[in-house]
Amino acid sequence: MASAVKFEATSRFFGDTRAVDDVTLEIEEGEFFAMLGPSGSGKTTCLRLIAGFERPSKGRVHIFGQDATNTPPYRRPVNTVFQDYALFPHLNVQDNVAYGLMIARVPKAERHHAADEALDLVALGGFSKRKPSELSGGQRQRVALARALVNKPKVLLLDEPLGALDLKLREQMQGELKSLQRQLGITFVFVTHDQGEALSMADRVAVFNNGKVQQVDSPLVLYDSPKTPFVADFVGSSNVLPVEMVQRLIGVAKLASLRPENIRLAEDGLVGTVESQAFLGAATRLEVAVDGARISVLLPKGAELPNDGSEVHLAWDADALNLLEATNG
Amino acid sequence: MASTATFGGRVSDAFWRKPRLLLALLLVPPVLWLGIVYLGSLFALLAQSFFSIDEFSGLINYDFTLKTYGELFRPSNFDILLRTVAMAGAVTLAAAIVAFPIAYYAARYANGRWKVIFYLGVMLPLWSSYLVKVYSWKLILAKEGILNWLFETLHLSWVLQAYLSVPGIGGYSLSVSWTGTFLVFLYVWLPFMILPVQAALERVPSSMLEASGDLGAQPGQTLRYVILPLALPGIIAGSIFTFSLTLGDYIIPQIVGTSARMIGQAVYQFQGTAGNIPLAAAFAVVPILVMGIYLTIARRMGAFDAL
Repeated sequence: MASAVKFEATSRFFGDTRAVDDVTLEIEEGEFFAMLGPSGSGKTTCLRLIAGFERPSKGRVHIFGQDATNTPPYRRPVNTVFQDYALFPHLNVQDNVAYGLMIARVPKAERHHAADEALDLVALGGFSKRKPSELSGGQRQRVALARALVNKPKVLLLDEPLGALDLKLREQMQGELKSLQRQLGITFVFVTHDQGEALSMADRVAVFNNGKVQQVDSPLVLYDSPKTPFVADFVGSSNVLPVEMVQRLIGVAKLASLRPENIRLAEDGLVGTVESQAFLGAATRLEVAVDGARISVLLPKGAELPNDGSEVHLAWDADALNLLEATNG
Repeated sequence: MASTATFGGRVSDAFWRKPRLLLALLLVPPVLWLGIVYLGSLFALLAQSFFSIDEFSGLINYDFTLKTYGELFRPSNFDILLRTVAMAGAVTLAAAIVAFPIAYYAARYANGRWKVIFYLGVMLPLWSSYLVKVYSWKLILAKEGILNWLFETLHLSWVLQAYLSVPGIGGYSLSVSWTGTFLVFLYVWLPFMILPVQAALERVPSSMLEASGDLGAQPGQTLRYVILPLALPGIIAGSIFTFSLTLGDYIIPQIVGTSARMIGQAVYQFQGTAGNIPLAAAFAVVPILVMGIYLTIARRMGAFDAL
């Protein structure tokens, strides 16, 4: 498959801040790609580099094999769904959606027809004549989506599009976005700080921290085999065992990650003291102090719970322990 | 509890129990001011315009008549109206054109110290006396003034002379030409255009401009289809100031410009020296009507849609 977007040793500096620091990355055509990271990790700047709102300080950006480093936003075959939706308040929904076509000089009747079709696609048929101020947050988000899709972009960029929605609506939109992407076959690049969102929607996820890409993998690989302590912690809050402990356990001088849900309480094993516990609904999380380190253990509902302060033995299957490549975060 | 309350405390309690009483007390003085002193005197003025003056005795005839309004259409009076409206229109248009880039810079790019410098630069002229500013301009524009000297030094006097020889806008020197009047109006009212336009542009998030570019619009198209429509309420607000202030002013055209009068001067002379209050009142009604028509057109064109 051809690559839709390619970063070649791309950096973007703001003064002394390295917002994007030497990122090399390839996004394939037709995939649902997520850029995941905490705020300030460089994921949004990367998205803006694809859209053309930022220019790289170093390196190059390619879009569908063409060097787009010096291409202004209005000449790029990409469209963006903004975090704040950025709908034009002086235009009604139909004219908002038809804006790109109006700029492209599509005749009025034709572009209004196309806009109404795009609105049908996002289940907002019949809202054409409303003003953006008359819509709810979820509806505005759909208008923003229709406004981008109506131009048939080669890459659709989504900047935390679900951030402002409540939980229920967010889950619903996750499913809809996913099926929309399947249906249209367009490359989606999706920025989020929510690891659950990235894992549930994306074909591949790039995890960002401090302007650098930590790891690019499918959600399953990312979850089971994180390569760095940061990824282990950020994706699903894995335990990161210190080098000495791993050395003692399996004789390798490396950091290792261990999923809380893969640990069970046993007759013997690693000895620790229960410090606190929190009921999470489907499971209960124990915080266990072991040799000065703290290990989270997730016990399914119905399991017998130890008292705070009591001594427990932790055990896990041998393949649950995942050695980390890097030692720094 | 009540036994320990002071007088102030008891008043507060009474207001808390009857919130409308507080609202009424707060609103009565300004409503009286606005209703009686302000609108009342305006209404008295308008009423005068429906009276007429007896041409032989010079006394006011208090019978309802439209005769005074008819006099407005006499060529000598009608010229004053046309001249004033044209001047107000030109000043407003020029103010919008000059103010927009300044306001755009202040709203989009200026930060911290530059924003302070912007506000100081725009407001500073408002702190000094209006008369002093107008007389300074008379000196700048005079035949012996700095502008003439500058043209001479640059050996460009012929350009200025050629411009001044144009009938209508020219004259003996800039200080006695319509161009001079125009320049001083533009200078004096410019802050009233810059500030509302800047406020309107300040409310446009940068993501909206990015969205326009993202959808294929070149910067010029973004200006036309997004920035200008969103700045329009600010431009209209500013133009209400520049337009109506120019329509009513009688000092600037008296100090700088030709001997031909504007509405403000006509009102001043008819109510003062000529003692023709009805005609002065009729003249004063014209700016109100013009502004009403102007705002109606602006509204029809959707200038307030983005509000």
